[in-house]
Amino acid sequence: MRVGIVCPYTWNVPGGVQQHIGDLAEALIALGHDVSVITPADDDARLPPYAVSAGRAVPVPYNGSVARLAFGFLSAGRVRRWIHEGGFDVLHVHEPAAPSLGLLACWAADGPIVGTFHASFVKSRALSVMSPILGSALEKITGRIAVSEAARTSLVDHLGGDAVLVPNGVATERYAMADPLPGWPGRVPAAGAEPRGHGDGGTLGFLGRMDEPRKGLDVLLRAFEILGRRRPDLRLLLAGPGDADDVAARVSPDLRDRVVILGMVSEADKVRAYHSVDVFVAPNLGGESFGIVLVEAMSAGAPILASDIEAFDRVLLGGRAGALFPVGDHEALASAAAALLDDPARRKQLSAEARAAVRVYDWSAVARDVLRVYETVALSGAGVVESGLGA
Amino acid sequence: MSYDWIIDVLFWVAVAFLVAVYVSWRATRLDRLHVRVETARAALDAALVRRAAAALELAASRLLDPAASLVLATAAHEARTADADNREFAESDLSRALRAVVDQPEFVGTLTAHGAGEGEAVLDELSSSAAKVAYARRFYNDAVSQARIARRKPLIRILPLAGRAPLPDFFEIDDDPPGI
Repeated sequence: MRVGIVCPYTWNVPGGVQQHIGDLAEALIALGHDVSVITPADDDARLPPYAVSAGRAVPVPYNGSVARLAFGFLSAGRVRRWIHEGGFDVLHVHEPAAPSLGLLACWAADGPIVGTFHASFVKSRALSVMSPILGSALEKITGRIAVSEAARTSLVDHLGGDAVLVPNGVATERYAMADPLPGWPGRVPAAGAEPRGHGDGGTLGFLGRMDEPRKGLDVLLRAFEILGRRRPDLRLLLAGPGDADDVAARVSPDLRDRVVILGMVSEADKVRAYHSVDVFVAPNLGGESFGIVLVEAMSAGAPILASDIEAFDRVLLGGRAGALFPVGDHEALASAAAALLDDPARRKQLSAEARAAVRVYDWSAVARDVLRVYETVALSGAGVVESGLGA
Repeated sequence: MSYDWIIDVLFWVAVAFLVAVYVSWRATRLDRLHVRVETARAALDAALVRRAAAALELAASRLLDPAASLVLATAAHEARTADADNREFAESDLSRALRAVVDQPEFVGTLTAHGAGEGEAVLDELSSSAAKVAYARRFYNDAVSQARIARRKPLIRILPLAGRAPLPDFFEIDDDPPGI
């Protein structure tokens, strides 16, 4: 199948949508499909072989923040030519409601068009003023995909109609193997290695915004006040954006040297952190729709202990692929963590179950669902053609 | 000035031209929505037929016990032969029959282990066709809802821009796929 994918944001600026498109394109190519991505890019940017540039994106104030968007005659002309020359069976437009390449592509094309909505958005006055223009482009989309229930709800509220849910994928193999961080023994001792010496009483790990109360770091810190006193060698590894001094001040002075705060970590160090802990704790209080961090840690095979909010319960298959504790209950967290630390066999089993459970979130599974969407809209086989001007 | 009337005429000609352009643009949009509804309906019909065929294939594969085969074959046959009034009920029944058969404990494992990949191939086809029914129905209902909104707009009600195209209806069935 020949697929044309439209990326609305500058390729070389890191972002969720760009990452999504790159992973999807690679998964589709791995399945033997022919993929071309058009994206805004800086002139000297290095693009992957499947991507073409639509010119530079301009930083403009939009929707309360500065977004880098591509518009204007030059971009519109390049999109039109790309569609004309591409001969695509299906056109896949990302974030079509943003005033960037996605919208231009909808204007310039007729035929099977799939649109993926990533962000949930609030209806602005501009959106309603412009709605005949926006509407005439958006109503060309024959198959709408939302990546989360929140995105789907806001889409249905503001634009009407319906959308199918295909969640984001996780490149699980990127997390599968890594060395633990220096100074940490790691989870699974290598075969024939010395038994763990003194000074390693296990490690609990946490990753997430440390200054966001809903991530629940406080619950974990309070549980560590209990656990740390009972287990003199237990350590706590914290990673994520936030003020390290502020977090350290929340730990009792006698436990402070066993709490290691990494702060913001690189992508590679994040993977190594997942491999450095005996139990990965997700004490979130709510507000998670999916729990991407949890899925990443599970892909790394870390035994999970998570609060029993709905999203985590679903990802952990009701407790089969990771232990659950009542949300916000630090005493329950402490005793569940102690039980896991004392039971290597159970940790090993949870690790194996977790690796099996994340297979449905892998890009290969997501790409299969996206392909089914393509096949549904492209059934007639007419393909994508350049539309007449003003349509 | 004796040429005032020419300016007036030119002005009204320009206005009439702009109105005509606008109305034709609206008519094009509405026509495109109707085409979209028809295309989506064709895709939905194809997906439903394909799912019924996959269910019949599973029923006829001799991988199932005779009772389960009969349940599936009956539901698939009903879905394929139902008239317009009973179509939605029959397709919902097929969805339920598929779930009842496939969601039995150990069903998928037993079938995949069976024969030289035959069970796996049948299950793949069934899972893909059931997912596509759900997708195709969402896309069809999405198109219908947008066409219906467009048909309610004042301009479309006053001018006969919709032609003789009938007001499309939603297609409501239980399409939860079996857990393959």
